Amino acid sequence: MDTFLQQVVAGLATGGIYGSLALALVMIYQATDVVNFAQGEMAMFSTYLSWTLLNAGLPYWLAFFATIAIAFVGGIVIQRVIIRPVERAPILTIVIVCIGLLVIFNSVAGWIYSYIQKPFPSPFPERPVKIGNVVFGAHSLGAIGVTLVVLTCLYVFFRFTTLGLAMRAAAQNPASSRLVGIRVGWMLALGWGLAAAVGAVGGMMVAPMVFLDPNMMAGILIYAFASATLGGFTSPGGAVVGGFIVGVMENLLGTYVSFIGTELKLSVALVLIIVVLLVKPSGLFGRAVVHRV
Amino acid sequence: MPSLLRATRLEAHYGWTKVLHGLEFAVEAGGITTILGANGAGKTTTLRAVTGMVRIGGEVTFADRRIDGKATEDIVRLGIAHVPEGRGTFMHLTVEENLRLGAYARRDKARLAEDFERVYQYFPVLAQRRGQAGGTLSGGEQQMLAVARALMLRPRLLLLDEPSLGLAPIVVREIFHIVRTINQQEGVSVLLVEQNASMALELADHAYLLETGRVVMSGLAADVRKDAAIRRSYLGY
Repeated sequence: MDTFLQQVVAGLATGGIYGSLALALVMIYQATDVVNFAQGEMAMFSTYLSWTLLNAGLPYWLAFFATIAIAFVGGIVIQRVIIRPVERAPILTIVIVCIGLLVIFNSVAGWIYSYIQKPFPSPFPERPVKIGNVVFGAHSLGAIGVTLVVLTCLYVFFRFTTLGLAMRAAAQNPASSRLVGIRVGWMLALGWGLAAAVGAVGGMMVAPMVFLDPNMMAGILIYAFASATLGGFTSPGGAVVGGFIVGVMENLLGTYVSFIGTELKLSVALVLIIVVLLVKPSGLFGRAVVHRV
Repeated sequence: MPSLLRATRLEAHYGWTKVLHGLEFAVEAGGITTILGANGAGKTTTLRAVTGMVRIGGEVTFADRRIDGKATEDIVRLGIAHVPEGRGTFMHLTVEENLRLGAYARRDKARLAEDFERVYQYFPVLAQRRGQAGGTLSGGEQQMLAVARALMLRPRLLLLDEPSLGLAPIVVREIFHIVRTINQQEGVSVLLVEQNASMALELADHAYLLETGRVVMSGLAADVRKDAAIRRSYLGY
């Protein structure tokens, strides 16, 4: 029973990170119909930036928030400078641009920081937390907390602020949005900024668990895809729930199904993507997308 | 009366196809002008040309300022509310959110509550549905929502693109009645594009008749109604 609870909590911790990244994917997908394959590498690069800031002697939380701010601005700049010129291009062009970004971020990070793994600090105490008779990793609990704070902030922003409403409107119906005076182009850029910031938080929370290296997000991005697919690419809340489910499932299957272990964990995510696409392509919480042809 | 909106030698293209061939028309301040024409005459394009949704040639002035070449978002800020073809509902947002978006470009957010009251008075059904997603509304209700959303801007000029399309006559009558009230009580000028010529001519004071992107007749609505050719082709008696 102890192992079970520990695995569930650890699963929720990584699941929250998958969910955050899935949310970042969904935010951009809903606004532009583009899946940003570079989302994971952007998060990885942000995490390296925070590593630099920490090495320069900044206190953890200062570096944390500075990184979020840099990622936010970086996301906006990427949208304005790189994505906007190909906005009206065929979808395949944009996908290739995103994959190009992925490769560029990965190689630049390798070039600046080398491919050698680096330990990344956690802001939470090393001593495990004991609740009842079960011992939990403090970082796991902390990461869950951070994820929940991020999600709550995003929810409040999108649900209750005028800017959040305008961003949702621009994603749904760009033509009508322009007619009420919304600057749709800037809303898309803001979406990229927010997605990059959310990704940066995910990167900084996952790095203490997996070590920092330029390829650290590759597997995580696949889990994020599985989460977004499971929850539904049209449902931000669903993507987050999908993340938690995938995280917990990954851990439980790895622990209790002997032949899966750690080696086949990633395959589980891929199998999940295929099964969801076969059985319920719109995901658990998504709505079927109908295109007029 | 001075004209609030004036188009001179207005041209528009979709790809290589020219849709408007040098239109000239004006909307008087405080008046209701209608542009009539069959499908494909260029009515929708004319409205889209005014709010910068298509590339145009020629000149458009609003309150003596050139607005051709400006971005849609900036034209809206001058006080032109465009109720587009197909109603432009934000399907997954609530009725209330749809209305809040209507006021997005306004600076005096303090009077927002007052404006909600006002549009709910015009369209009580929207008040009942305020928490419902826009996409769950009937066609008539969505048309009301579109007009209400436009009113939230407190516009000086209201552009209406075929508000009667697909609606029962009784609903059309109700919407036209409210448009008249808005025009008379609040002094909002209206440019109405319609296929339903008889109802549009009842409402409007000036009318233009469009055929394949050209104005073929214009004048006081009352005179246009009496014209034998119009009666035969558009009014059916």
